[in-house]
Amino acid sequence: MVKKIRSLAELEKLRSEIIARRDPKRKIITVCASTGCSALGARKVIESLKEEVKKRGLCGQVGIKEDEVEIKETGCLGFCELGPRVIVYPGEVPYFRVKPEDVSKIVSETVVKGKIVEHLRYADPVTGEKAWKLGDIPFYKHQLRLLLKNNALINPKKIEDYIALGGYKALGKVLFQMAPEQVMREIKKSNLRGRGGGGFPTGRKWETTRNAPGEPKYVIVNCDEGDPGAFMDRSLMEGNPHSVLEGLIIGSYAIGANEGFVYVREEYPLAVENITTAIKQAEDYGLLGGNIMDSGFNFGIKVHRGAGAFVSGESSALMAAIEGKVGEPRPKYIHTAVKGLWERPSCLNNVETWANVPLIILNGADWFRDIGTKNSSGTKIFSLVGKVNNTGLVEVPMGITLRDLIFKIGGGIRDGKKFKAVQTGGPSGGFIPEKYLDLLIDFDELTKVGSMMGSGGVIVMDEDTCIVDVTRYYIDFLSKESCGKCVPCREGLRQILSILNRICSGLSEEEDFKNLEDLSELLKEASLCALGTTAANPVVTSLTHFRGEYEAHIREKRCPAKACRALVAHYIQPEKCQACMACSRSCPVDAITGDKDTVHVIDQEKCIKCGACYEECQFNAIEKISPPTPPPPRYGIKVTRKKKRE
Amino acid sequence: MVRGISLKIDGKEIKAREGMTILQAAKAKGIEIPTLCYDEQLKPYGACRLCTVEIVKGGRRRLVASCVYPAGEGLEVETNNKKVRKIRRLILELLLPLLPPPSDTVTGPIETLAEKYGVKKSRFKAEPTNCILCGHCVRYCIEVKKANAICFIGRGTERQIAFVPELAPNHCLACRECFSLCPTSKMVDSVEGIWGVCSLSIPISEKIKGKH
Repeated sequence: MVKKIRSLAELEKLRSEIIARRDPKRKIITVCASTGCSALGARKVIESLKEEVKKRGLCGQVGIKEDEVEIKETGCLGFCELGPRVIVYPGEVPYFRVKPEDVSKIVSETVVKGKIVEHLRYADPVTGEKAWKLGDIPFYKHQLRLLLKNNALINPKKIEDYIALGGYKALGKVLFQMAPEQVMREIKKSNLRGRGGGGFPTGRKWETTRNAPGEPKYVIVNCDEGDPGAFMDRSLMEGNPHSVLEGLIIGSYAIGANEGFVYVREEYPLAVENITTAIKQAEDYGLLGGNIMDSGFNFGIKVHRGAGAFVSGESSALMAAIEGKVGEPRPKYIHTAVKGLWERPSCLNNVETWANVPLIILNGADWFRDIGTKNSSGTKIFSLVGKVNNTGLVEVPMGITLRDLIFKIGGGIRDGKKFKAVQTGGPSGGFIPEKYLDLLIDFDELTKVGSMMGSGGVIVMDEDTCIVDVTRYYIDFLSKESCGKCVPCREGLRQILSILNRICSGLSEEEDFKNLEDLSELLKEASLCALGTTAANPVVTSLTHFRGEYEAHIREKRCPAKACRALVAHYIQPEKCQACMACSRSCPVDAITGDKDTVHVIDQEKCIKCGACYEECQFNAIEKISPPTPPPPRYGIKVTRKKKRE
Repeated sequence: MVRGISLKIDGKEIKAREGMTILQAAKAKGIEIPTLCYDEQLKPYGACRLCTVEIVKGGRRRLVASCVYPAGEGLEVETNNKKVRKIRRLILELLLPLLPPPSDTVTGPIETLAEKYGVKKSRFKAEPTNCILCGHCVRYCIEVKKANAICFIGRGTERQIAFVPELAPNHCLACRECFSLCPTSKMVDSVEGIWGVCSLSIPISEKIKGKH
């Protein structure tokens, strides 16, 4: 049982005690224990590290002070595709894709001798440039990690780690040195805007709830992150749950709420676990619950586990779900900030928004405003995925260009392909073409080109991506994830999807342009909630920026990216075929005929266009043709042998 | 005390009580706004969006569902302008394919409205489920009868109406009050009709049918 903290001084005392208990000479090996790295085998790496350290006798037998090495399980550092991730301190030496068999070298060289293990050293996939420290890696070099910084240093299951780094200092400052109005003013002045998608000014939202009639008031954390490919909120909740809690408690103090909810989707079991542990530990220390830090302020939090609907991330639907009802949006002509949970004033903010609050309180609104652009302050975490060399979670100041994000941090397009589009804002965001790559990323700029910030998904597409096909993917997702309550969204998406299916199958007609435009307008103007009003964004932006691709599909029955199966045929080029039989062996429907020394031929009637032959051919003899009209088959042509290299 | 407010609907100054929706205020003065999911006995639902009107507030124009939008002081409302009519036509075009092929004998409110708004034929095709998911039956059963015997299942384009297995056999056959609320009039007063609504409840429905 720990002692409850009863003043700011006691918090500071605890902090110094935690720090004093630590041996500054001690070496620390941090391993990411978040979902991504765990899936790639982090647990085994952690076990091997423990064994290795024990075997070498580095780990002391008694007490913490004697420990020379600490193995710390931390949160996510964002470079998930290269997991499991290990960093050795001092030196901040990073290792990626660590396997249990690498562990012995890492301990003997880096931990004991302070040297880097050369063959495990990080090399940039494009330039081949090697890195010593984490900060040397291009993926990290251009980031500004304010919220994610501590993910690498904290064991999310230990509140002491958070306190040691200045955790709950902001809460103490607020409770003992600031009136609720002052906190509100500071947040308003900071120009913090909602990170969940809408970008609504946080301070104004808080004020609305504070001033709205009705008691009790509620504060809510929205962690129902459901965009395909996005994991910003998960990473914060898993890696640094106390930062979210601290922000929430500060918010509740400013708003005058004594009850809060953390809505986490059940698909994030580790986030549920870590936030639940964090709440318990904060309560034990008296940082949460009744009479927080002996200040007289009471605040309690309940965790609500979401049952897995994308639409439940919409504020009114989320509140309905907490009430125990079906998570469906309600008309919001009266804002949830005024009439929300159980018809009471309820202030809902996204995970990342809440996590920004302690930073603003500690460093001041002016500091925060200095980061980013005039209308969008601070940093934003993006989930950078798709056809870029470096994918993962990145935190950058607002106002960075899309080009820097994709090419400097993301390392450019994979396999030297050409950039085609970037899609921001999740499934209901829009496609942004190359001509806008120098656009500054902020709430308003992205909206101007028909996309949105959303919660921070950034999906990069290359020349092999068919925009119509991807649009169809998003509309399919949305038509399944809409609640289905209002006609424009349910029936509109049903029809848009059916039109896009026809376009991709070569069955569409010229009228479909107008049909798509009419339906998009209906969705935008007449849907009940934001899911519906934004659902047509992929259609509208693709029609605006990539109309040519639609025209090719509709008028010429041709898919320029050669991705739509119905509009593509596979064809073996006689002059390149070496009659190796590899393709005919790979064909699941025996559509390829050919003999030794005889050019192979694909029977188009039989071909199911699976692409197995295309993948298999080592001579690049098979090409995709769109529209699907290859030259008539000619059997019996003799192979033109490639000249052997001298 | 309920305050009186005044707003302008289609150019006419109208007095209303605070707490009324635009639709109620308009109805009270005989201004007609079409609806499909609205019923005076039930809480406004805002799903069919046919009652969409355009409002001007603070110089900004926007479309809102009049059945749920509160009538406010100084609000200007246009209930039947070109933009609104276009939205309604599109909604009707989306609903028509859900009805079974037209017959000469029965014409329901959707067909009537379609004719009124000049929608002769829909551009779109869908599986005719004969259910527009207005939720009259579900909401009536919950809010008025408090029996909770019918519910929505699924979401998005998969959304359907189903009987609650544990409750429906005891309630539905004797009650049937929701039948008359159904706007796709082809199923009204027809036991078979409601089976049509509820494809997933066939085992139960057959149970009831057997009793019947």
